[in-house]
Amino acid sequence: MLRRLLLGLVTVVLVSVIIFAGVEALPGDSCTAYLGRDAFGQRLANCRVELGLDRSAVARYLNWAAGAMQGDFGVAANAGKNIAAVVGDRLKNTLLLAFCAFLVGVPTALLLGVVSALRRDKPLDLLISTISIFAMTIPEFVSATLLILVFSIWLGWVPGIVMASAGSPASAFFPEIILPVVVLAMVMTAHISRTVRSSVIEVMEGDYVQMAVLKGVPYWRIVFRHALPNALLPTINVVALTIAWLLGGVVVIEKVFNYPGLGRLMIDAISERDLPVVQAIALILASVYVGVNLAADLLTMALNPRLRTLRSRR
Amino acid sequence: MIHYRRPGALARLASVLRDVASRPSGAVGLALVFLHVAVALASPWIVPFDFKAVSASKMLLEPDWLHWFGTDHLGRDQFTRTLLGGRQALLVTAIATPLAVGWGGLLGVLMGLIGGRIDDVLMRVVDAFLSLPWILKMLLIIVTFGAGVGVMIPTLAFFYGIPVIRIARAATHGVVARDFVSAARARGHGRLSIARREILPNVLDALLVEGAMRWSWMLLAFSSLSFLGFGVSPPTPDWGLMIADSRSFMSIAPWTGLAPVIALSSLIIGINLTADGLAKALGVDRAQKAPV
Repeated sequence: MLRRLLLGLVTVVLVSVIIFAGVEALPGDSCTAYLGRDAFGQRLANCRVELGLDRSAVARYLNWAAGAMQGDFGVAANAGKNIAAVVGDRLKNTLLLAFCAFLVGVPTALLLGVVSALRRDKPLDLLISTISIFAMTIPEFVSATLLILVFSIWLGWVPGIVMASAGSPASAFFPEIILPVVVLAMVMTAHISRTVRSSVIEVMEGDYVQMAVLKGVPYWRIVFRHALPNALLPTINVVALTIAWLLGGVVVIEKVFNYPGLGRLMIDAISERDLPVVQAIALILASVYVGVNLAADLLTMALNPRLRTLRSRR
Repeated sequence: MIHYRRPGALARLASVLRDVASRPSGAVGLALVFLHVAVALASPWIVPFDFKAVSASKMLLEPDWLHWFGTDHLGRDQFTRTLLGGRQALLVTAIATPLAVGWGGLLGVLMGLIGGRIDDVLMRVVDAFLSLPWILKMLLIIVTFGAGVGVMIPTLAFFYGIPVIRIARAATHGVVARDFVSAARARGHGRLSIARREILPNVLDALLVEGAMRWSWMLLAFSSLSFLGFGVSPPTPDWGLMIADSRSFMSIAPWTGLAPVIALSSLIIGINLTADGLAKALGVDRAQKAPV
């Protein structure tokens, strides 16, 4: 368990090195981006001194990493604002979006997965499976566009675009948040329910389920007491992977719905070459990814006694 | 040796494809993929209009017998642009996919075979790359070097080869303990020889399925980037770009978006159905994977 924790930490440190080195290797820096055509001579040199870009890459990395550990990501190159403050608001909004999608998506996925497994190869299962193939393969921006067309333009039920600014309280995002949540939840549901379906089918064919049937245990008791606890264990890792997907998918969704989250900030920062902001976002997203996967591993271990003693190396 | 093996590989591929087509979903998937490839290859000669012919008098026309899918906000024929709109995406991804599977697969097999310290370190690097969202990695490159074909192909091939390393490494671990590998070792074969003659043939099926999946993720990435305005540049027709353009006129001319939406979705669904069919035909477990 300690080993996992350490490996996760190593990964985050590596990400910070990769992202710093990657940004460093690209031609141009914050000063050339900020000054534009004026980027030469004394002005460029002054700007670099002011932003500390005249120091060696290693010194800047250490300085940046030390700050990041204390939640201080420095100052944005373009607007001169404190990055932690700007990113904080956006992170909160993205987490709100992701949390709502999670809240809608995971229970729906469990329900659909279990139902289609128990009704295996019946019309209901085929219907659910077909819909989930559509939901998980169609690009997010396509399903978002279609949903806006149907539900906000033709039917006029929900607004298709978010008007609230980044600093607004969570309540300001309702009801505009509904469509982005639906798009995210759709993809999550499709991915998770497929796993749930196959693992419930596998468990229901197991010997101990057969034994319970022969013993005369009522059907629903078999499903809920005998099969589900075992079948749902592998789901935890898939949920974690789906959250990881969410981090990339949410970028496109935020852009489509004009949602003031971390993803949109990332796109803006990259196109404006506001590199300190890009580095901060990359580090946050990577930490979330590592943290979620770690949590899933630990949870699986805690819930599954067989894994607790197993010293397997992944 | 090569003259003797080539026909065997082709015949095997043909029989696998027949197996895929024997299931309804696989047949639909293969048909969609072949249709899209055929259209992409033939479209320059069959389109009725010039894809960049702008006409102020023909803006946002409804579909009729002359313009089957109507016209867009610049008066360009939407049928023409839809037929041509997948060419760039298909060209780029069709080259990048085998490259990604190739380098990722080879490195994964070698890492699985060698193990030890090198494998540990490289795996951490792989994990680190995978923990960054694809869009961040792609955008950083594109914003700096542009989104031309010459940039997109190596970039996609590089980033989408990284998850393949994992798959190939895991598949190698499943093979490396088998007796025929020990036998090859006992015969005195070197690592490279074992990788090529014993391991590769046995992980090829897993790589084929993985390649099909990577292809669909690449298409998704490519068209998402175009949609966001970072990919294909106008006036080249591209589905992602066309869908983005249509959003401003969605309430008055929804048909401008519908054609590229259907085209792009049917291609990606086709590839996914084919990948599922391949996984079943080859007996490969198509594990749940998030797009990275």
